[in-house]
Amino acid sequence: MSQFGDAIDFVFHAREARSGGTEVGGSQLLPLLGKHLELTAASVGIAAAIAIPLALWLGHIGKGQFLATSVSNVGRAVPSLALIAFFVAYLGVGFANVTLALVLLAIPPILTNTYVGVRQVDRELVDAARGMGLSGTQVVRRVELPLALPLIFGGLRTSVVNVIATATIAPLAGVVTLGDPIIAGGVYGEDGRLGAALVVAALAVAAELLFAVLQRAVTPRGIRVTRSAPPRWRRPALAPIRQEPS
Amino acid sequence: MTAVASVLVLAQFTERNRTGHSCVEDNGFCPGWIADHWNRYTTPLLQHVELTVIALVAGFAIALGLALVAHRRRWLVGPIVAVTGILYTLPSIAVFFILQPVTGRGRTTALIALTAYTLLILFRNIIAGFDNVPEEAKDAGRGLGLTDRQLLWRVELRLALPEIIAGLRIAATTTVGLATLAFFAGAGGLGGEIFADITFKSNVVVAGGLCVALAIALDVALLGAQRLLVPWQRAVAR
Repeated sequence: MSQFGDAIDFVFHAREARSGGTEVGGSQLLPLLGKHLELTAASVGIAAAIAIPLALWLGHIGKGQFLATSVSNVGRAVPSLALIAFFVAYLGVGFANVTLALVLLAIPPILTNTYVGVRQVDRELVDAARGMGLSGTQVVRRVELPLALPLIFGGLRTSVVNVIATATIAPLAGVVTLGDPIIAGGVYGEDGRLGAALVVAALAVAAELLFAVLQRAVTPRGIRVTRSAPPRWRRPALAPIRQEPS
Repeated sequence: MTAVASVLVLAQFTERNRTGHSCVEDNGFCPGWIADHWNRYTTPLLQHVELTVIALVAGFAIALGLALVAHRRRWLVGPIVAVTGILYTLPSIAVFFILQPVTGRGRTTALIALTAYTLLILFRNIIAGFDNVPEEAKDAGRGLGLTDRQLLWRVELRLALPEIIAGLRIAATTTVGLATLAFFAGAGGLGGEIFADITFKSNVVVAGGLCVALAIALDVALLGAQRLLVPWQRAVAR
């Protein structure tokens, strides 16, 4: 157990590297954390900018069911390490290449959740909106998007947690994230390795909690109250899970 | 992904034919090298299969046990989902290292982590399966004089099979992916081969390709099992 104590000490107090000369740990972890968050924000941002409009459109016109489900199935079958390795071998190392690989990783959950979010909107609501004279874009912006927001944020939550986890292996592609003490070991020592693992784990849990709060906050008040209960056997207490850990 | 891969592979191939240099020196995609070094992937592949299958079987046993308990005591569902959900959020690479001071380096550590990751998926799907059993079917069973226990094994579990197998399929592909990082815990697997020579295209394509092939093979096998076990409902892709 003292190993955990030493690791936590590494996280909070800088020390001389085992090779001498430079300092590691403590505040020296901040640039690594910054790079980790920068990589995550860039990847999920780009993925959301691509996947959300595409899935809103597909869901609105009611096409692309096959695309939305197969994207997530294929995404699950390709291991993140294989994806990063593929990019390193074929495109080389660097921030842009890693970002691109992580964008591919982040798209499926957002795409599938947004699509499902739009499709599960009650068709009668959409008909009512049309009857009130709303145009196609207005239906998307004022009816389908708000009602799909909880699921869209669910997709973002999965992607963010996945990308935080996978950004840990980014040092293999020359991007120095919090994974560096874990993968490179060496100058950081065993305390650094365990300490960084603890920080990455805490970061993922923090992101999960943050998005759980956001997800609750964006849920339109109208659907937060329990609707008149359908018969118990028609109301699954839990939706079957469709997401993957990382 | 496969389309992109094959285009890139093709590009490599034509490039090699043009320049005429040694393929491995040029870091191309080299069928000759792959044919010569095929057997270096057999042990990692077997380790990978072993890790995946053991984790799935152990995870299923635990999740089924938890689901059977929670089926009669519904208040347990929330806490179990919360706890397994936290396990599920932890990045696998971090867990492989965090466990090492406790359980040491090696296969046990990797299996503990991989098993833990299957729990949320399997538990949620088993419970969802139970919830989807029509009340009429249960009433009919009770009308035939089945006890609660008989009802569970003969009616509820069987009618819940589509969701249970859907959960197993997701857990299987997920575990194949997570097991690529198990070499960080000292448990081998195909990830070790990817990591060992991450800039060599032939190696990355073969080792990565084997991971994807394994995931697809397990998925197809479970789909086949579903068709055999649930003949009254043609398998629906989830």
